Amino acid sequence: MSPHLIAEWAGNALLLVGSLAVLVGGIGILRMPDVYTRLHAASVTDTLGAGAVLLGLCLHAEPGIHLAKLLLILLFLWMTSPVFSHVLAKAAYGEPVRPYTGATG
Amino acid sequence: MLAATAAAILATMAIALTRALLGPSVYDRILAVNLFGTKTVLIVAVLGFLSGRPDFLDIALLYALVNFVGVLAVLRFFETDRMAALRARRGADS
Repeated sequence: MSPHLIAEWAGNALLLVGSLAVLVGGIGILRMPDVYTRLHAASVTDTLGAGAVLLGLCLHAEPGIHLAKLLLILLFLWMTSPVFSHVLAKAAYGEPVRPYTGATG
Repeated sequence: MLAATAAAILATMAIALTRALLGPSVYDRILAVNLFGTKTVLIVAVLGFLSGRPDFLDIALLYALVNFVGVLAVLRFFETDRMAALRARRGADS
């Protein structure tokens, strides 16, 4: 079994994991009860989903400039996603968007 | 596998658009639009590899930068709007 083939299979596995994480996060953003829990679901797609998909693409790419670009995109997404989550939660918490506690009324 | 990943990302983008239309608060919409933007970055990268033209990665990188700055600008707009309203209310009270 050649190293090239192993890299392709590993890449496919990572792409599958990433697809599942992205789908789960998408379902979460539709089904969760309030902004803060939806934020949590969206963070899953941004970290695990984007990370797995881009790392899977890295294993498919030839070594070179495209690999560097993929890693750059990944680094940028991983740096900006927590910042966005923090700013959104901070902005929403000042508004009368109360966290969901399970209590009715 | 690349095509399946592209399909999953497209489905998530459709769900994000649904959430952006449903709302209910403006923060839900901003969250959904940000999710749509990051998924656009992913699908541009995946489609670049699917069509055998990885040069599309430049577009994905640029879109990641523009998306982050744009969404943050919209959020700042709503936050400062709220602060201004708060200040105006305090001014009217005193």
